[in-house]
Amino acid sequence: MKRLSVLMSLIILLAFNAFGQRYLTKTGHIYFYSKTPFETIEAHNRQVNCALDVKSGMFVFKVLMRSFIFEKALMQEHFNEDYVESDKFPNATFIGKIDNVKEIAFNKAGTYNAKVSGTLTIHGVSRTVHENGTFIVSDKGIAAQSKFLIKLSEYNIDIPEIVAREIANEFNIFVDVDLKSLKK
Amino acid sequence: MKNFSFAVVLFFLLLSGSKVFSQNDLMNLFNEKKPVTEYTIATFKTTRIVLGQSVENPAPGNLIFVIQHHFGYLNQGAYEFFGLDQASIRLGFEYGITPWLSIGVGRASFEKTYDGSVKVKIFRQSKGKTNMPITFSYFGNVGINTLKISDKTLNYYFTNRLTFVNQLLIARKFNRTVSLQLTPTLVHRNLVKKRIDENNVWSLGAGGRFKLTNHTSLNLEYYYLLPGQTANDYRNSFSVSFDIETGGHVFQLYVSNSQGILGQHFITGTIGNWLKGDILFGFNLTRTFVVKKPKGFNK
Repeated sequence: MKRLSVLMSLIILLAFNAFGQRYLTKTGHIYFYSKTPFETIEAHNRQVNCALDVKSGMFVFKVLMRSFIFEKALMQEHFNEDYVESDKFPNATFIGKIDNVKEIAFNKAGTYNAKVSGTLTIHGVSRTVHENGTFIVSDKGIAAQSKFLIKLSEYNIDIPEIVAREIANEFNIFVDVDLKSLKK
Repeated sequence: MKNFSFAVVLFFLLLSGSKVFSQNDLMNLFNEKKPVTEYTIATFKTTRIVLGQSVENPAPGNLIFVIQHHFGYLNQGAYEFFGLDQASIRLGFEYGITPWLSIGVGRASFEKTYDGSVKVKIFRQSKGKTNMPITFSYFGNVGINTLKISDKTLNYYFTNRLTFVNQLLIARKFNRTVSLQLTPTLVHRNLVKKRIDENNVWSLGAGGRFKLTNHTSLNLEYYYLLPGQTANDYRNSFSVSFDIETGGHVFQLYVSNSQGILGQHFITGTIGNWLKGDILFGFNLTRTFVVKKPKGFNK
């Protein structure tokens, strides 16, 4: 009987352990921005997939390229057809981890600076990246925010000479995701 | 024995309960259970293949300003500066109301013709939840010839000035390089010049886009006149275009044997013969204005 109660409490403990370990969103927001004197390019994606395992610090993103919305439909078409070639490479992904996961108390409300590293894959090109970000823990969940730069040339995205003055090589990327605890 | 089985149960329980998720496990959380319909984009770069319509509509909320311009025949020699002394032009606006409906207005210099048009997408090529191999559209326009009547004694009605184009646009994007379109066409003219001329002219158009690089493509367009008086008196229209896309613009540079720009003119009234060098140079310039911002584009 004693054993049974130990067993029961173990099961309950484990069940609770698993609960609240993983956080997920499918409606995260990523946008990018580049400005030259001739053209401002800005696009928003509000269907970003992001998941976080607060125990191990594993942190992944999956971004459907076709979900980026531009002000000019023609620009959006060119983005998909000619630049990121989203028929060949439908998704951009990030597979990484929080390097300083021990310093972040995911069970305590607050704002934490994080160092994140991993593999960023865009246009079929994978690169190891190290970026800084912020985690905001609240009773609603975990918000993650980051801002970083990417160079198009590093991801084999060609800018034809005729538009070289309109499209900058460097793009500012803004990440803003609200993760909710995965109840399963 | 009892202790042993308890230990085994505990062991497996701990094993299953030790929540170590791999990165793949996390990625698998994103897998969609239900397939979604993915519509084909960019079957053609713009709303025209060369002179004739393509299945592309202006995006909803977008206004396209089109300048269509071409010169005279190259084989007229240096006196006409190889055709550059002559010009034929059409200015037009096209507006996307919904993803499947657009309207247009314009004016062509040939016969001082005003036109109004409508293009309706009936099916869109798609894969995923809905599999549709083709895009199928209807295009219709009405042209109003506004030339002055030289002989005032004639009993001339307004309806005499009207011409109509009706087209079915059937296109498929086969892969990222090749898109093809078939365009059965009926041109109706309320008044024709001679008694023998046809009021209804049937034609079958065919066109294609072949991508050369990510930013350029080669377009071909041919309109075959079905046997009849028009086919006896006129030639089939054939045009070749080189499209350059630069950020938000599309330039189409073309050569053709057709002087007309509107369907009622170039499909039924082409006299140029490619083999004799009756070739003219022309271009389409489009400039897009965003009238209504798309949903989802805001901070």
